[in-house]
Amino acid sequence: MIATNTPRPTQRHTLMPTDSVNPTLSWNLPRDLGEVLEYHFMVNALLAGSVVAVMAGLVGWLMVLRREAFAGHTLSMMAFPGASGAALIGIPAAWGYFTFCGAGALAIGRFSGASRSSLREQSASIGAVQAAALALGFLFVSLYGGVLGDLESLLFGNILAISDGQVLVLAAVALAVVAALALWARPLLFASVDPDVASARGVPVTALSTGFLLLLGLAVAATSQITGPLLVFALLVAPAATAQRLTARPTLSLALTILLGLLIVWLGMGIAYFSVYPAGFFISAIAFSVYVLARVLRALHGRRGARADAAGASAPVKATA
Amino acid sequence: MLSHEFMRSALLAGSFVALACGTCGWFVVLRGQVFAGDALSHVAFPGALAAAAAGVDARVGLFVATVAVGVGIALLGRGTLVARGGGAGGSTPADDTAIGIVFTFVLGLGLFFLTLFSIGSAGGAGIQAAHTLFGSIFGLGAGEARVAALVGLAIVILVLVIARPLLFATLAPDVAAARGVPTRLLGVGFLALVGLVAAEATQAVGALLLLGLLAAPAAAAHRLTGRPFAGVLLAGLLAVVAMVVGLILAYALPWLPPSTAVIAIALTIYGASALAR
Repeated sequence: MIATNTPRPTQRHTLMPTDSVNPTLSWNLPRDLGEVLEYHFMVNALLAGSVVAVMAGLVGWLMVLRREAFAGHTLSMMAFPGASGAALIGIPAAWGYFTFCGAGALAIGRFSGASRSSLREQSASIGAVQAAALALGFLFVSLYGGVLGDLESLLFGNILAISDGQVLVLAAVALAVVAALALWARPLLFASVDPDVASARGVPVTALSTGFLLLLGLAVAATSQITGPLLVFALLVAPAATAQRLTARPTLSLALTILLGLLIVWLGMGIAYFSVYPAGFFISAIAFSVYVLARVLRALHGRRGARADAAGASAPVKATA
Repeated sequence: MLSHEFMRSALLAGSFVALACGTCGWFVVLRGQVFAGDALSHVAFPGALAAAAAGVDARVGLFVATVAVGVGIALLGRGTLVARGGGAGGSTPADDTAIGIVFTFVLGLGLFFLTLFSIGSAGGAGIQAAHTLFGSIFGLGAGEARVAALVGLAIVILVLVIARPLLFATLAPDVAAARGVPTRLLGVGFLALVGLVAAEATQAVGALLLLGLLAAPAAAAHRLTGRPFAGVLLAGLLAVVAMVVGLILAYALPWLPPSTAVIAIALTIYGASALAR
């Protein structure tokens, strides 16, 4: 179902005035792929993107299960005070990202973990944490003196400027996150699915919750180097939400999540290489389309199941579900 | 201080926008929909960019985008409610996922439009986009301030008009539905209203800081009183206090951006409400 997307850039290019420097997509896919991989920055981008897709898929799967999307979004907003604060004191932006994401995770865990009973308090306190972070970011920008790099690459990331060192750092972070998840997989899953019973059985639910938020913060900080903080959900939520809609079996949906994440990143970067538009746009658009497709399939499937007369007209879609 | 026109405009527009945020925010917090409000504030930016790309007034795009996405989120959430059979009133946590995906896509579109401008020669539009994103309350003219105040007032009146049925539909959705209250229509209409607030506040405090005015004063009001109408009034009042005190503070301290000052006061009120309880 996704393979039909590939010819799209050709159409776009015939419609748009392109200058001769821009790469064009021919119908010879292996040749095009070879051309993409000739460039070191594209190899770095694809490596970093793959690493991040796997990590974001795993963490995002748990985040969707735990229904902590708002917390995840708030952590992604930590990039703003993180980057501006780092610029203010003159350290690399990534350090600021990681520091503020960690602090944000602790703050959310502290304020919303205690009142787990009330959804109302939880959503309000996460909102307050985010507002505080943004206000700090504004203060930093103002103290810095206004001109802060270019706003666009701060908000949406710059995938074509990933260095070898960054790939290594991302790989190390991903390895640590995946190892921690593997170590805590059973109690974390238990505490996520049924916190009350888990807590009665002696599972340290509050500690796990804070621990997971810290992992989420790490994953978000790493992902935002690829997609920019505003679009992390394209890799963090969309693959997991799609997979969890398509199947209820945990291992299958986890595998599907990672597969979808990788596909979204590769397709998005591949199309972006042959287009004038940035990768973030294609990655988020593909992620959104995949999710909508899954919902439509699910709805058709459900309707089909509900109605006894299965001789409906729109037959071809069902096979893929 | 009041002899400066920019300060009078800021106080006038700011107070009414804050009043609208506070009263609307009380219901947002009650329904656990702070994330939806947050998402709508982000959507304002691509909306303004899209309008600029189409050659329409950016404000039109801003309002259309926030209201449309508000309705969209409410409809998607409705689907989830039906599918899961949950009746928690507003947003069951399940719609968080849908909200996240929808607003990420819309922000991706925003990035697309931003690139469109940077490729084309319309560099000014990109600057305007940054202006939309950050808002500058000290940059409002007298006319703009009057319009903002009127829109804010209209939103407050709308909230008060639907307050009773909305409260009923939020606290006891099943009973309300049985009594003939159109709970789903109210849910959709309310998020459309939040979209209006988001669009309106974007111009005053900036898209990124709407959240503080929507969540913090309302959450403080929820902590301070359990009575609904007193709570709505208190939330509006606290938001206005945060706005006015924040603006005065920013006027007195030139290094302090007004948005930071307003949010700092709002958060202080929120923190203090925990102590007061």
